[in-house]
Amino acid sequence: MRVELAPIAPELLLVGAGIAVLLGGVLARRADPLAHLAVSLAGVAGAAAASVMLWSREGATALAGAVAVDRFGVVARLVLLGVAALALLLAHHTLARDGELRPEVPALILFATAGMTLLAVSADLVTTFVALEVLSLSLYVLTGSSRRLVSLEGAMKYFLLGAFSTAFFLYGVAMAYGATGTTSLGGIAHALAGRTETPALALVAMALLAVGFGFKVSAAPFHMWTPDAYQGAPTAVTAFMSAGTKVAAFAALLRVLDVALQPLGWDWGPVVAGLAAVSVVVGSVLAIAQTDVKRMLAYSSVAHAGFVLIGATAPGAPGIDAALFYLLAYALMIVGAFGVVSLVSQGERGTSLEDHAGLYRRSPVLAGLFALFLLSLAGIPPTAGFIAKVSVFRAAVEAGHWWLALVGVLASVVAAFAYIRLMVLMYMREPVGHREPDPSPVPRLVLAIPAAGTLLLGVLPGLVTDVLGKAAVLRW
Amino acid sequence: MSVPIGWFLAVSAALFATGTVGVLVRRNALVMFMSVELQLNGVNLALVAFSRLHGDLTGQVLTFFSLVVAAAEVVVGLAIIVAVFRRARTANVDELSELRW
Amino acid sequence: MRGMLGEYLPIALLAGLALLFAVGSLAASALLRPSRPTPAKLAPYECGIEPVRLPAGERFSVRFYLVAMLFIIFDVEVIFLFPWAVAFRELGLFGLVEMAVFLALVLVAYVYVWRGGGLDWSAEGPRPRATHERAREVVRAG
Repeated sequence: MRVELAPIAPELLLVGAGIAVLLGGVLARRADPLAHLAVSLAGVAGAAAASVMLWSREGATALAGAVAVDRFGVVARLVLLGVAALALLLAHHTLARDGELRPEVPALILFATAGMTLLAVSADLVTTFVALEVLSLSLYVLTGSSRRLVSLEGAMKYFLLGAFSTAFFLYGVAMAYGATGTTSLGGIAHALAGRTETPALALVAMALLAVGFGFKVSAAPFHMWTPDAYQGAPTAVTAFMSAGTKVAAFAALLRVLDVALQPLGWDWGPVVAGLAAVSVVVGSVLAIAQTDVKRMLAYSSVAHAGFVLIGATAPGAPGIDAALFYLLAYALMIVGAFGVVSLVSQGERGTSLEDHAGLYRRSPVLAGLFALFLLSLAGIPPTAGFIAKVSVFRAAVEAGHWWLALVGVLASVVAAFAYIRLMVLMYMREPVGHREPDPSPVPRLVLAIPAAGTLLLGVLPGLVTDVLGKAAVLRW
Repeated sequence: MSVPIGWFLAVSAALFATGTVGVLVRRNALVMFMSVELQLNGVNLALVAFSRLHGDLTGQVLTFFSLVVAAAEVVVGLAIIVAVFRRARTANVDELSELRW
Repeated sequence: MRGMLGEYLPIALLAGLALLFAVGSLAASALLRPSRPTPAKLAPYECGIEPVRLPAGERFSVRFYLVAMLFIIFDVEVIFLFPWAVAFRELGLFGLVEMAVFLALVLVAYVYVWRGGGLDWSAEGPRPRATHERAREVVRAG
C-alpha cells in the first residue's frame, strides 16, 4: 500500500516540533525557553511552507478520503499558522514575565495548532471528530496551565461544557452515519442527494451537529463557557484560542454545511440564520454590561461568531468567500486585541476596564494599537473589520436574507458602544493607580504585524480577494 | 439474534438523554463528568448498531476512536477536577465563583 | 474430532504448564522454608510500630488517581493493537510500520511521564510539577 503524506505534512511537522519541545523540556539538563521557541517557530514555518506547496495540487481527497486537498484548506491553514506564530511569541514573552512559562506551553500550542489545521481540511466526520478533540484537549490544559484558581476554574468549566458538546457532536456523527451509511462528507452528500424525501435521521444529525459546532464556535445560545474560559486562561493563550478555535471550527462547519449537508440546504438555512441572529444580539448586548476587558472581548467574539454565520447563510462560493475574509480579519484583530491586554495586564490582575483608563498617558503605542483593533472589531472604516462586515452582509442580502443583514447592522451599532466606551477610557480619563504596562519593545513589534494586516486589509482589500476567491471552492 | 435496530436506538437514546439530564441538573463536577461518559456510551451503542445495520465497519472503527478519546478526556478532566479540588476544596460547580457565570 | 482437539492442544499444554508452574513454586516454597511462627511474626508489619487500626474506608491518596490516569491512557491504547493483530497478514509491512509509528508515539508519552517524575512514588509524594500537569500531557502524544 502506498500512502502519500504530503497532504498532511503540515500536521506532521507541527506534531514533530511539539514532541521535540516536549521531550527537550524533560530530557535536557537545562530547559532553554528560547530554544523551545525557535523549534516551535521552525515547526510552524515548515508547516506553512508545506501548506503553500499544496496550493497547486488542488483536487479531491487524500489518505482514503480522510482529508481534503484544496485551496480553501491552504488558506485556512495559513491563517491558523499565522495565529499560532503570533501566539507563540506572545506566550513566550508574557508567560515568562509572569513566571508561568513551561516547555509544555509551546508544545501544547503546537499540538492544538495541528488539531486546528487538521480540522480545517477534514473531509470525513471521523477526521473532524479526532481533530476537534486534539484541539480541545490541548486547549483545556492550556487554559488551566497557570494553576491560579481562576485559571483552573475556567479550565474546568471549559472542559465540562466542551465534553458535553463533544457528546452532541459525536451523536450527530452517529446519526449521519445511520442515515447514510458513510461518514465521508462527499459520501453523505451523495446519499442524501438521491432521496426525494429527507430521512428523519439526517435532520436529527443536522441538529446535533449544529449544537456541537455551536459550542465550538461559541455561537449563542451555546456560548456559556466562552467568557469564563477566556477570562481564566493566561491572556496569550486566550489570544490563541479565540482566533484559532473560531477559524478552524468555522472551516469545518463550512465544509459540513456546504458539502455534506448541501442537499439539505433548505433545512439548515433557517437554523444557521437563527443562530446567527441570536449570537449577534446576545454577544453585542452582553459585551456592554462587562467590566472586565477579557470578558468584554469574549462576548464580542460571540457576536463575531454570529457575523460569520450571517455570511455562511449564503450557500456556495459567495458565502464561503465572505466568511473566509471575515475569519482572516477577525483572527488579526482579536489576536491583536488580546495581545495588547496581555501587555497591559499581569497574570489575572489589570484586566478590568478601570485598569485601561488613561492608557494613552502611560503607553501611547499600546493605546494606539488597541484603538485600531477596537475600531476594527466595531467595524469602522478604514479597517479590515469594516470590509469584513460589508462582505458578509452583502453575501446575506444577495442570498435573500436581508432581515439578517439588518439585525447584523443594528447589533454592530450596539456593540460599537462597548468598544468606543473603552477607547474613551483610554484617551480621555486620567490613569487610576500605579500599574504600568509592560515596557518591553519586542512584543510591541510583534503586535505591529496584526495591526499592519488590519489596516492593509481595510485600505486595500483587493490584495487578498483574488486569493480568497480561488479558495472559496470546496473539493471533496 | 434478530433484535430490530429500533430497540438498540431506543436504548442508545435513553442513555444519551439520561446523561444529558445528568449534566444539566447535577452540580458536582465529577457526577457531571460521569454523565458525559454515559452520553458517549449511548453514542457508542448507536454506532455499533448502525454498523451492523449497514453491514460495514466504519461505525465500529469510529467507536474505537470514541473510546480512546473518552479515555483521554477522562484523564484531562480528572486532572483538572483534582487540581481544582486541591486549590478550592470543592468540586461543586456553583461554589466556584472566582468567575461569574 | 481429532482435528478439533489438535487445534486446542497448544492452548491446553500452555494452560497445563502455567498451572504446574504456579502450584509447583508454591509447593516448593512451602516445603523448603523453615516454619517457626511467633506472635510477633504473625502481626501485620508496620515499620516496627504496633498497628493501631487497619486502613479501612479511608480516602485514597491523590497519587492513586495519578496512577489510575496513567493506567487508563496506556491501557486504552491497546485498543488499536487489537484490530491490527486481527488483520496482521492483510496489512503486511504497511501495518507494521504504522504500528511502529503509533508505538513510538506512545513511547514518547511514556518517556515524558517517566522523566517528568510522574512515576515517582516517594514518601513526600510526586514533585509539585509532576502531579497533574504531567498526567494531562500524556494525552497529547498518545
